[in-house]
Amino acid sequence: MDITSTTTQGATSAATKRSLRSARKGGRAQLSGLSRQRIRTAWLFLLPMIAGLGFVAGWPLLRTIYLGFTDATLSSIDSYAFVGFENYLVYDNGEWYGLLADGLWWQAVWNTLYLTVLSVSIETVLGVLIALILHAKFPGRGLVRAAILIPWAIPTVVSAKMWGWMLHDQFGIINDLFLKLHLISEPIAWTVNPDTVLGTIIAVDVWKTTPFMALLTLAALQMLPKDCYEAARVDGIHPVKVFFKVTLPLIKPALVVAVVFRMLDALRIFDLVYILTSNSEDTIVMSVYARQALIDFQQIGYGSAASTLLFLLVFGLTLAYIFATRLKLDGSGDH
Amino acid sequence: MRTFKLHTGKVLFALAVLALLIYTIFPFYIAIATSFGAGSGDGSLYLPETFDFGNYVSVFKEQPFFHNILNSALVSFATVAISLLIAVTASYALARVHFRGRTTLLLTVLGVSMFPQVAVLSGMFELIRMLGLYNNLGSLVLSYTVFSLPFSVWILTTFMRGIPKDLEEAAIVDGATPWQIITRIFMPVLWPAMVTTGLLAFIGAWNEFMFAITFILSNDNRTVPVAISMISGGSQYEMPWGPIMAASVIVTVPLIALVLIFQRKIVEGLTAGAVKG
Repeated sequence: MDITSTTTQGATSAATKRSLRSARKGGRAQLSGLSRQRIRTAWLFLLPMIAGLGFVAGWPLLRTIYLGFTDATLSSIDSYAFVGFENYLVYDNGEWYGLLADGLWWQAVWNTLYLTVLSVSIETVLGVLIALILHAKFPGRGLVRAAILIPWAIPTVVSAKMWGWMLHDQFGIINDLFLKLHLISEPIAWTVNPDTVLGTIIAVDVWKTTPFMALLTLAALQMLPKDCYEAARVDGIHPVKVFFKVTLPLIKPALVVAVVFRMLDALRIFDLVYILTSNSEDTIVMSVYARQALIDFQQIGYGSAASTLLFLLVFGLTLAYIFATRLKLDGSGDH
Repeated sequence: MRTFKLHTGKVLFALAVLALLIYTIFPFYIAIATSFGAGSGDGSLYLPETFDFGNYVSVFKEQPFFHNILNSALVSFATVAISLLIAVTASYALARVHFRGRTTLLLTVLGVSMFPQVAVLSGMFELIRMLGLYNNLGSLVLSYTVFSLPFSVWILTTFMRGIPKDLEEAAIVDGATPWQIITRIFMPVLWPAMVTTGLLAFIGAWNEFMFAITFILSNDNRTVPVAISMISGGSQYEMPWGPIMAASVIVTVPLIALVLIFQRKIVEGLTAGAVKG
């Protein structure tokens, strides 16, 4: 059973049964020469993909993990020594050194998690609200649906520059508008001030990624059966109650997938932070920390160790998610 | 009373739609206004006084921006072509042939799309130097193809599963080879899904930043996101916002046009890649 069957409801069980049935059929047919030849061709067709992924993704990943245990530097990337866990943690002359002893690394971890949790929560709520608006019928709906794709399509670099300009302390329109509305009494240097900078990054990230959330939610809304809404309307149940009692439970599986995807995406955030606040320690995230060590400080070994930890975090979350959805599937019995 | 309630409901809804439109479009409007001269000197922040193309001219004059656009286009098209070719054959095998380890393979492919880019950065840096592709656009085509393969395979596999079996079985009975089955039977039905995956791969490659800034050294070989990030003024406090916004508008307008034209296809792809994935 693959991931597909864990996410959509009605259509899935049919698809699963179908694939089970054809798997059985395939098992029987395996005896025939034609089918064996088919499987050989299948592997041939898969070869370019497997080779590509193995060579350009799998191998570099293994190398990164390995380099994390060495003292490689950018200038001497070909000659290095194995140093065990020294990049992670080492006790030397009464002091702890290494990644796990570096306050800035923990700052980066904290910032990444803080940003992920806040950003994904806000955009989930906002995304569902927008999806509900777009699900209603109104003139010009197609245009509005297209318009909300604009933030999604804008390159992150462009969106970072654009917001950097709008948040400018002297000429930015955000300060101008907020001053006119008397929300603030003096201009704020949004991307420099330690109190506002992380919130600013979250706001820009939410702006850019909410469309994704809204569209996925909208797709889920469009698959809902109409009859239970008719029934609710006939019974005169308040729409808000209908939303929490009927709609939300029904779209929850799709919402969970979208949240997980966005979380994994937010954990590796790089472009936005790098452009908007460059190497500021207030906003440093795990990807920025790792790249800074790798390229700016040229410490391939140390940076690889940081990259490995980020990978482990993402990998662990993915495994936990797959495990959780499978458990739920097993628990929910036949349907 | 009831009609009054109905009307306020409608007005509130219209206001919500308006707020949504302002939220999504206004920032890009400001970028356009700034690119035409708004916000420079004493002028209004919101509206340029005249349509001044000076910023656009200076972008092309002061850096090899035309070159950067060509680089981005080249890399993006190459990425789309190669990843589609590999993904179509692979997804045919994954969707249509039953073999042992199929699910594991699909999950592994999906796993690759979860990789943080920085996790492969040092290993890939080494690989690219080994292949002699450092400061070469080939390094970007290689890395982007691999990062766009997982969702391409995923979307096309999902789509191919939905195609009725009879077509293919009839072809097999007639003695068609798998390659013929793909090109003659599947391609005609598959092209909408290929447009979708192609678009997503194109947008991904066009927007990528981390590999582009790490693997490319010289100005002439840079892609547009890096070129934009590098536009700077005399000092940190004198950012040339006008030219930056002009460059931003130039690289974003084609994307927005694509998105508006293929809106439906893109949404289909995103939902197939994520909701069903």
